Amino acid sequence: MTFRKYLVLAGITVFSTLGDSLLARGMKELGGVSLHDFSGLLFAILNPWVSVGIVLLLAFFASYMSALSWADLTYVLPATSLSYVLVAVVARIRFHEQISPTRWLGIALIAAGVGFVAVGPAVSSVPHNLEHPLNDYPEALSPEAKP
Amino acid sequence: MNDLYAWAAIALITFAATTGDVLLAYSMKRVGDVGEIWKTNGLFAVVSRILTTPTFFLGVLAMAVAFYSLLFGLSWGNLSLVVPASASLTFVANAIAARIFLHERVGRRRWMAALLVATGVALMAV
Repeated sequence: MTFRKYLVLAGITVFSTLGDSLLARGMKELGGVSLHDFSGLLFAILNPWVSVGIVLLLAFFASYMSALSWADLTYVLPATSLSYVLVAVVARIRFHEQISPTRWLGIALIAAGVGFVAVGPAVSSVPHNLEHPLNDYPEALSPEAKP
Repeated sequence: MNDLYAWAAIALITFAATTGDVLLAYSMKRVGDVGEIWKTNGLFAVVSRILTTPTFFLGVLAMAVAFYSLLFGLSWGNLSLVVPASASLTFVANAIAARIFLHERVGRRRWMAALLVATGVALMAV
């Protein structure tokens, strides 16, 4: 794991959080879109919050794909679940929402889960194409990778 | 009755999202380390390798199914039930599917992480 790879993981977390909150803000501004009238969704793109939100979610998808190309799914998913914590923190600071003790417990459990995978190896699976043999992933050969 | 529909939607979202994640992870492992390919062959090589991987589009399709099931699930059930229940079940389902289909070594550490995050996500909604 290089510094650049940690940056990609951080990108997944930040882009998905910001993208979702901008989309939510834009859609609230537009009011409810009827499930029977999808044309409303087409015009939603014209809303600046929605369009910036979509660009951020595209950035999220690009960094997610990049991470999956060099790390396990069971590493990437927990490692990027900090976005749930980030949403709560943004809600607390930006919107002054109260965070209940149960939510604090949830935040603590997610953080603990992230800690569990973060200290382990990022990749354990044998890549499917032979151009990238396991030798390219020295972490995978460490004893940590054994179940 | 609405509860039954909501849980049916949750099951569908979990199934489609897990299928999508597994297919996308499989495709990207086939493509290879995107950073390395970019460095040696340029961005165009990265994009064309991804776009010539058929399972990538199946993954995107499964993600679209998950997204639309979420929309329909939200029209039947509460936001505070559908979103955390499906997100939290997807973490556990992904750990099982990654072990079976992607041959990832899901050791005790990874299991603990999946279960802790799944429980944490569920608690965030309470």
